[in-house]
Amino acid sequence: MPFIANTAGQQKQMLAEMGLTMDKLFSDIPKGLLCGQLNLPDGLPEQEVRGALAELAGKNSIDLTLFLGGGFYDHFIPAAVYSIISRSEFYTAYTPYQPEVSQGTLQAIYEYQSTICRLTDMVVANASIYDGGTAMYEAMMMALRITGRNKVIIDDSVNPIYRVMIESYTKNLKIEHVLTHCQTGLVDREQILAKLDNDTAAVILQNPNFFGCVDDFSDIAEAAHKKGALLVVSSYPISLGILKTPGSMGADIVTGEGQSLGMPMSFGGPYLGFMATRMEYVRKMPGRIIGRTKDRNGNDCFVMTLQAREQHIRREKATSNICSNEALCAMTALVYLSLLGKEGLRQTAQLCADKASYAYSRLTAIPGVKSHFKANWFFNEFVLDLPKDATDVIGKLIEKGFAAGFPLSRYYPDMKNCILVCVTEKRTKQQIGMFAEALESVL
Amino acid sequence: MKLIFDKSVPDRRGVTITRSDVATTVNIKKEFLRDKPAQLAELSELDVVRHFTELSRRNFGVDTNFYPLGSCTMKYNPKVTERIAAYPGFAHLHPLLPQLRGGGMLTQGALAVLYEMDMLLREITGMAGFTMQPMAGAHGELTGIMIMAAYHRDKGNKKTTVLIPDSAHGTNPASAAIAGYKIISVPSTDKGVMDVNALKKLLNDEVAGLMLTCPNTLGLFDPNIKQICDLIHSVDGLAYYDGANLNAIVGKARPGDFGFDIVHINLHKTFATPHGGGGPGSGPVGVTKKLVDYLPVSIVTKRHDGTYALEYDRPKSIGYIAPFYGNFAVILKAYVYILMLGKAGLVRVAENAVLNANYIRVKLQKHFEQAVKAICMHECVLTPSKGMLDSGVHALDVAKALIDRGFHPPTVYFPTTVHDAIMIEPTETESKETLDSFIEAMIDIAEVAKTDPEKIKASPLTTPVCRPDDTAAAKNLDLACL
Ligand SMILES: Cc1ncc(COP(=O)(O)O)c(C=O)c1O
Repeated sequence: MPFIANTAGQQKQMLAEMGLTMDKLFSDIPKGLLCGQLNLPDGLPEQEVRGALAELAGKNSIDLTLFLGGGFYDHFIPAAVYSIISRSEFYTAYTPYQPEVSQGTLQAIYEYQSTICRLTDMVVANASIYDGGTAMYEAMMMALRITGRNKVIIDDSVNPIYRVMIESYTKNLKIEHVLTHCQTGLVDREQILAKLDNDTAAVILQNPNFFGCVDDFSDIAEAAHKKGALLVVSSYPISLGILKTPGSMGADIVTGEGQSLGMPMSFGGPYLGFMATRMEYVRKMPGRIIGRTKDRNGNDCFVMTLQAREQHIRREKATSNICSNEALCAMTALVYLSLLGKEGLRQTAQLCADKASYAYSRLTAIPGVKSHFKANWFFNEFVLDLPKDATDVIGKLIEKGFAAGFPLSRYYPDMKNCILVCVTEKRTKQQIGMFAEALESVL
Repeated sequence: MKLIFDKSVPDRRGVTITRSDVATTVNIKKEFLRDKPAQLAELSELDVVRHFTELSRRNFGVDTNFYPLGSCTMKYNPKVTERIAAYPGFAHLHPLLPQLRGGGMLTQGALAVLYEMDMLLREITGMAGFTMQPMAGAHGELTGIMIMAAYHRDKGNKKTTVLIPDSAHGTNPASAAIAGYKIISVPSTDKGVMDVNALKKLLNDEVAGLMLTCPNTLGLFDPNIKQICDLIHSVDGLAYYDGANLNAIVGKARPGDFGFDIVHINLHKTFATPHGGGGPGSGPVGVTKKLVDYLPVSIVTKRHDGTYALEYDRPKSIGYIAPFYGNFAVILKAYVYILMLGKAGLVRVAENAVLNANYIRVKLQKHFEQAVKAICMHECVLTPSKGMLDSGVHALDVAKALIDRGFHPPTVYFPTTVHDAIMIEPTETESKETLDSFIEAMIDIAEVAKTDPEKIKASPLTTPVCRPDDTAAAKNLDLACL
């Protein structure tokens, strides 16, 4: 049998030494509850399973030129990232409960936390949450705990995938959600200020927002703080190579989807939810946290700390139910950012912005294609008004080999002709030119 | 060992970023830009590789050491699954592609994996339908409790509490509480299983359901399991199965047949996907027929022509709990593992997991106390003998002494209902020779503890660090190097 070490002879010998039989070992299961042989296929040897799965992989098209983002991005991944995280000392370990034999994982996660802080200008980060959407939900719950209030304001320029997740997560709780509407691409200050009151726990925003537009929320942070509310900002970590940081805007909790930091898209996961905050809120933060301390002999070392927040100690009073997190993805992000370094991340972000700008000028030069928003500071995604239904246009472009972007009507019913186009550093000038020609040809 | 930031040298580069073929345009208002770059380390590629290689040497993993961490099922992670997950057809697939017109037909291979995995898990657990979306066991628990809440909401039931045995894993009460329920703890008998009489007294119309691990965290199969599920159903409660310990019964018995309504499975435990130093995992949730409509959006369905599609129109669904279809690469690895084992292989998994655990239990019974003197399933819970405790040697000391003998420690101090618990889960992938050397080490520790307890309490001596100061860590918080 694959992956089972003991031979039939050894199994017999072990049973004999114990004076037991296999039936006896399972005798606590009432006879009537044994299921008999399951209706499952016979096992396959490696050669056959690889053949079968290669065939399935072949049924997925990866030859499309991607202008599709929506919070999940096709960035370049240096080969060394995969080599390093493929070291089985990392990936076959588990949660570092025993620090003496887990200093590798522990130090890496401490460095990851430090890196997230350096990226966002915050002072503490946790060791990861499942994904960007769950991280936003956890930040919201954390804000409710910190303020003891029950109302949150969330703008509709926040990734709609995150918003529907938050809606599901909180369906059984009595939390007041107020949705503000983004009309111009920039968050509407008037609406937010009108809704912000002494019952508000948090204002939840995203930068760049789902439409790709860039903003500075410093004024909103100030207004929120005046009312005793927190500002939660979700960020796209690559954009922080050049964009103003949520920390410097005065954000209280920063979250985001870390997939862009060296993780392949893998049809939806595993990804990485990151979260950072101010020191004063660290005891209200969910998830594992690694700290530096001294060992018995005075050596520097790393441990899981502030565990009294967590489910294994605090049970139903824990700050979150999370146990297994996305540790290997956090390590991936650390390795990716360490390889790019200070200048590499800045260059990558700049390249994304430059190529998106170029694509924007090429695409808006097509007759009938216009920018949807007037205020048009964007990072690497932008919204175009097409002269036709965007869903149809995207369907036609798929046939021509382009994943042209995301049809916004899926979440914004009055944006039928709007498409969200994304450009990463992987797209070439030539591909952008071909895309422009293809788009023009189907309009 | 130095932090990566301390190795940084100004202007050193790790990767050369691709050359630009377009003009640099400043299309962003200056106020929206950061004033100085993020202070990331500046290193060469070799520097980075050396740093992490050095770190990796400070870790035990399943590939380097026996890792009998109870409740975590640290079995061997087959290499072929890594290879397959890296196939470009899977790794480079954008999750939004099937949501574009015409995109569904370009992702048929990935949708097939999700659909076929659903079918396999239905057969393995006896449930009527699955969601693959939960991203870990605890996330599955939350999803399951949300389904429970939706069911009661729909029926107009006013349910406020969830019953959870005292021996349960911390995620169970935490998940139910986060979903808005009050928790009531159900005591165990001195035989280590649920006290059915106590359960009966706790039953009333407020009870939304019960969460149960089976075999439980003492490694015991509760022979009253069916009666327990029936009792919960008698107040229109739902029975939730925490599948963390499915490895003990996989292929031999099914939670659906016991009477459970909602089940989560930890693919990173039973189905051999790597634990990643803490994650990622995957925690698919299965439900009985009456709950299928509540499963999250979306679900993969198979059309009459044999093609696969994503179904979004699910009016009773609890909604979205993941951005897409779950931790796809993890699900894929577990799928490959099940395909390789097949029906006969899965039965052997359970049998050998239970055999190995009992072998350790029996061989150590003269040297350690058993928390419950009975045949165990996939794991056994021991405690130090009275003699060891009298000389001041506790579960933690045993754990640290094992490290010096080349073993990753078992889980200690869990379940919390047992003082000084040492929870040993060897899994089926370990050989008799490995078990024998582990047993020998445990006996040696028990002997030394009697004659020279200080020696045990001084361990570990073979690791780069020894017994970090947790109290200082929580007091003088140093959580990031800024
Ligand atoms: C019994 C039990 N339930 C639930 C969980 C939680 O699973 P996860 O860590 O995947 O969230 C665990 C994890 O160790 C467990 O042992």
